[in-house]
Amino acid sequence: MAIEAFKSLTSAAIPLDRPDIDTDQIIPAQYMKRIERSGYGRYLFDALRRDPDFVLNDARYEGAKILVAGRNFGCGSSREHAPWALEDYGIRAIIAPSFADIFRNNCVNVGIVTIVLEEDTVKELIERSTTEPAAEITVDLERCEVRAGDDVWTFEVDAFHRERLLKGLDHIDLTLQYEDAIAAHERRRARNHLGSLNHHG
Amino acid sequence: MAEEPPRTLVDKIWDAHVVRTVPDEPDLLYVDLHLAHEVTSPQAFEALRLAKRQVRRPDLTVAVPDHNVPTRNRHLPASDPVSQKQIETLRHNARENGLLLFDIDDVRQGIVHVIGPEQGLTQPGMVIVCGDSHTSTHGAFGALAFGIGTSEVEHVLATQTLQQRRPKSMAVRVDGDLPPGVTPKDVILAIINTVGVDGGTGHAVEYGGRTVERMSVEGRMTVCNMTIEFGARAGLVAPDDETFAYLEGRPFAPDPEVWDEAVSLWRELRTDPDATFDKVVSIDASCMAPYVTWGTTPAQSVRVDEAVPDPEKMDDPTEAAAAQRALDYMSLEPDMPITDIPVDVVFIGSCTNSRIEDLRAAADVARGRHVAPGVTALVVPGSGLVRAQAEEEGLDEIFGEAGFEWREAGCSMCLAMNDDVLAPGQRSASTSNRNFQGRQGPGGRTHLVSPARAAAAAVHGHFTDVREI
Ligand code: SF4
Repeated sequence: MAIEAFKSLTSAAIPLDRPDIDTDQIIPAQYMKRIERSGYGRYLFDALRRDPDFVLNDARYEGAKILVAGRNFGCGSSREHAPWALEDYGIRAIIAPSFADIFRNNCVNVGIVTIVLEEDTVKELIERSTTEPAAEITVDLERCEVRAGDDVWTFEVDAFHRERLLKGLDHIDLTLQYEDAIAAHERRRARNHLGSLNHHG
Repeated sequence: MAEEPPRTLVDKIWDAHVVRTVPDEPDLLYVDLHLAHEVTSPQAFEALRLAKRQVRRPDLTVAVPDHNVPTRNRHLPASDPVSQKQIETLRHNARENGLLLFDIDDVRQGIVHVIGPEQGLTQPGMVIVCGDSHTSTHGAFGALAFGIGTSEVEHVLATQTLQQRRPKSMAVRVDGDLPPGVTPKDVILAIINTVGVDGGTGHAVEYGGRTVERMSVEGRMTVCNMTIEFGARAGLVAPDDETFAYLEGRPFAPDPEVWDEAVSLWRELRTDPDATFDKVVSIDASCMAPYVTWGTTPAQSVRVDEAVPDPEKMDDPTEAAAAQRALDYMSLEPDMPITDIPVDVVFIGSCTNSRIEDLRAAADVARGRHVAPGVTALVVPGSGLVRAQAEEEGLDEIFGEAGFEWREAGCSMCLAMNDDVLAPGQRSASTSNRNFQGRQGPGGRTHLVSPARAAAAAVHGHFTDVREI
């Protein structure tokens, strides 16, 4: 599926000052009983949202498109339902000191930008958005910069992921250009017994 | 000619599967085996259909319903119509695309990571993927196996490849004799505790050392299974005679005519002696003990003879705050001995600990004892074939006489998508792999342990040091 292109985004940010937010917290398993890709946003952080003091229940953050969170964000289950829920809720960029690998890949395929900044910088951003909920942050993927007030931080990003996000490219279309290489690999593969299944089994 | 640089096991498997490589782009990696289940695949098949694309290699994808199947009254549809719809959708997608399906009434049905090895689908040197993070389990056979998201499932269905960056390499060496009563589950909990929940992020892990070499293949599966719990997507053990003996004669393993050839190729799947790793961790098994988690990440564990830690004594303020939140959620007090913690529910199952050796270990504890009053205990075998084997050995009777419920195969209370759910506030001893908030049901509290310790908690009503019984 083609994804929505992402160049630059300026928005208020939701501060989520916790490490190790796992995908079970982002979207609990009981809400994965759907065969569709959409409609998960209302269940985002479902259990945490039962606490009236949870940041998503604070009306001042309504409409914010950026999430700033603690380290190891998105750990646990590989469920793409987690980025689907975030995207459906309106989140397009997440800033954290680190992300879990599978979650990060899934985000690219959903069109969400994940940005790694130093732990201290993330703390600062969280504090800023906590004390001043309307404070805007800019995530600029073209220049690989995060800007807030007078501050500018550059971030590193996988060049291929960046290209895909900037242009909204579909990964399957990209791979299908290499049909010849795939077919050649399959011919090589058929000549040895490694990796073949005995299908009379 | 320049000499070939030494390579790790992962390098060797990776190199053999690269379809295309260019600088600054991920490699295109060929996938030998794709496993599909009912929860993370429907959107992938649907997207494929909408894009008018075909499944490129129907012979390399195998489907099985496991995540939300009922574990009793199998002759009836799942009580929850939406679960039933996911199961039917998988059945339909398998039929429409010509995929092998182990359906719910097939004795070969079970948890996807249990049946892959059991059927001999999982083989050394393969690249194996599944829309499930515990795909790392299959690494116990010397395969490069990792979890993927639904968009990647779609990519594999359409192209039989994945765009992947080569992971960094990490070696985890475990040496020393395991003390009595210490199991592979304790080994992996100890590793996660040492490395931390994100200590493996970005890495593929190769397990080695005498302790791992001497572990049964099933024990290695338990270790590889929980690799994702410290952030690494893949965990591998180099294949050896144990591995080959396990696989020989399994339905999808190489035929007898080509078996010796396969084994000689598999023997080359080892890290070269001079190869280096980006990260090395060494752990001594001889001082390990049984572990119990007290918090809401698998790294938050202590030995069963220790006490719940005190967040106030932790140096790192973030860690202390997270620990305090975990204790609040778990409703535990600092310094409380682990053996004083009572349990309401005991779950023996999941892709971590539902194979025959796990059930035997639990049955050894249950034999001649009885589940404590007020405790509900479930035994959920990992597959229909594990269940049949256990019944042949009479384990179902031991469990039955001891008051444990004997169920049919599936993920069950590991993630509580079927009817097996903790009620809010209930506390479990679970042989599964995740103690996240609400994992076994909203408001449920999970302590991860080995099968023997789970069974002991069932008969005592609280945690005990199994080594004492
Ligand atoms: S048993 Fe649990 S961890 Fe394993 S595949 Fe099923 S839900 Fe996932």
